[in-house]
Amino acid sequence: MMRCVHFARRVTKLWAPVEAPGLLKVTNLQRSACHLPPKKVMAEEKPWALFSEVGGEGYLEGVIGIMKQHFQLICHKDFLKNPLVYGPKIQALFVWNCYPAAEPSLLTSLPSLKVVANGGVGIDHLDVSYINSLGVKVTNTPGVVSAATADMAMGLLLASARKIVEGHLISVDPKTTYLPSSLMGVEVSGSTLGIIGMGNIGYKIAQRGKGFDMRILYHNRTRRCLEDEEAVGAIYCRNMDDLLKESDFVVLAVNLSPETKHLIGHRELALMKDTATLVNISRGLVVDQEALLKALQSGVIQAAALDVTYPEPLPRDHPLLSLPNVLLTPHAGTNTNTTVRKMVQLMVENAVAVVKGSQVPNEVKL
Amino acid sequence: MEEEKPWVLISEVGGDHGYLAELADIVKQHFHIICYKELLENPELYGPKVQALLNWKFCPVVEPELLRLLPSLKVVASGGVGVDHLDVPFINSLGVKVANTPGVVSDSTADLAMALLLASARRILEGHQVAIDPKTVLIPQRLMGVEVTNASLGIIGMGEIGHKIAQRAKGFDMKIVYHNRRRRSAEDERAVGAKFCESLDELLGRSDFVMVAVKLTAETRGLIGHRELSIMKPTATLVNISRGQVVDQNALVDALQSGRIRAAALDVTHPEPLPRDHPLLGLPSVLITPHIGINTFTTARRMVERMVRNARAAVEGSPVPDEVKLQ
Repeated sequence: MMRCVHFARRVTKLWAPVEAPGLLKVTNLQRSACHLPPKKVMAEEKPWALFSEVGGEGYLEGVIGIMKQHFQLICHKDFLKNPLVYGPKIQALFVWNCYPAAEPSLLTSLPSLKVVANGGVGIDHLDVSYINSLGVKVTNTPGVVSAATADMAMGLLLASARKIVEGHLISVDPKTTYLPSSLMGVEVSGSTLGIIGMGNIGYKIAQRGKGFDMRILYHNRTRRCLEDEEAVGAIYCRNMDDLLKESDFVVLAVNLSPETKHLIGHRELALMKDTATLVNISRGLVVDQEALLKALQSGVIQAAALDVTYPEPLPRDHPLLSLPNVLLTPHAGTNTNTTVRKMVQLMVENAVAVVKGSQVPNEVKL
Repeated sequence: MEEEKPWVLISEVGGDHGYLAELADIVKQHFHIICYKELLENPELYGPKVQALLNWKFCPVVEPELLRLLPSLKVVASGGVGVDHLDVPFINSLGVKVANTPGVVSDSTADLAMALLLASARRILEGHQVAIDPKTVLIPQRLMGVEVTNASLGIIGMGEIGHKIAQRAKGFDMKIVYHNRRRRSAEDERAVGAKFCESLDELLGRSDFVMVAVKLTAETRGLIGHRELSIMKPTATLVNISRGQVVDQNALVDALQSGRIRAAALDVTHPEPLPRDHPLLGLPSVLITPHIGINTFTTARRMVERMVRNARAAVEGSPVPDEVKLQ
């Protein structure tokens, strides 16, 4: 206590003379400066960022540190306790799993907002033109998500083809007394893989498919260069119908846009082989779910493996949940600690660049 | 004309252990089929007619009692590449050849190995169970798996199947090391980017995924035990597509329960299936499939075609293409 007052007196000599009440104020400030490590002082200088929450629906505890290195964080729940005080401080909004929702009700209370930084590459949940109209940039995290998502696509394809889930359930079933000889799957090696959407993720799927000696067809808005095609042995199908007719496995790796909404409907499913499997790692809305349901129920296609649905999760009475030929995973395409860390790092990097006014690595430009 | 076809003994068509009808049809093109149950109805009459025995999923069990009933037997044509369930020297001593079906099983088994690796790493079984659970109202954030891309894969047993696993893993940019009785050629290694590990311990210590793809022999029985499991990383996954006996199952249970390794994915156990109260069945970190390494229509068909080819050659007195010759 004595030390603090002494310190404050020393400091007042450097500063302009302060009245008694002001001295008290200074003393308090200096007390906090004495007792806390220098970092805390630095924290005051960090820009503020709003994020969803730690744990629960939000971020894993381990990655919050990455965000704290560059930002003063406030979670949505705390923000809502006093939006008028916190709102004007916030320069960055981190969106993870679509939370917090970057809607007018929120954005209008963030007058200093410079960036909506999304964790993940899909931004179909963000109205980019509206956000841009507020003078706010949108960023996402392409590249870092590709490997894990491609791995998931192959995991789903193989698990579906070789009946891994069914096999496990039989193996552990209390009633199982013999190995079933009739649990037959479909061959992956040497089969035809049709990739719809040949961006970063689609291309990595092709690379993985090649290792299984799969014949690879792809459909994309633009054709890839010859070198890219040759590296993975992929054949371009200008007409998506051709890909649908010839593929044993159809993998959807497009982003969701007005053009790709319900890209796969009744007509497309009917073109597919009745022995074919549909794998979706893009967005639920790329597929007409009702059409898919009917196709699976009537044997128009053999099976489906979906990491994404609409909505997520599906209502608990949705018929897709009980079809034996459907494999579902809960949007786990990027669910590894390694990839989540990379996503958060890139998301933060993007936000830092915008707030500092430097070159923004991953701005989403319409 | 039907009477002129040579007789072949199989387990059964349909039923729990039998051939699918389509597969039996392949056999019927060249042979007159008698099922095990039928043989037993009149072994004195039927037994001497049987020139070939087709062994599928270990059935019928090739024991001395059965072989005694088949004085005209020329060949035991087994489906699959493993012959650890057959006493080859004893069968040969009766003047009967043994054949298996190498090659045709490799792709399908390698595919399953990768399927198990990915399903375990990315927790696909759990994901599915959560996705369909009536109680699920939110997408879980905690269902985290381990990264496969760029991870280290250690393959123990680099025969045809092991090499094909390496080929598939290469597509995932995995760092591949292998341990084998003999080192493979530089060309074989280069083709899949695999490095030879003279020391099994070294492979175990550095791998994120340990893939067991050896055949079962006196040397490989219990190859993976307490010691080997404790050398493995605590974040590592063991995948076994060889034979259950290659792994010390008690040691495996121990290692999984105490977190000495992260997870195991097994297409094979000992016995098959496991007793219903076996601890492996209750561990959340274990994925088990019921020996389905070759369970696709395509591969099953190819296997039966090979078995038939081998059996026909033996019956006709020609060299048997896939004869199992012991050193």
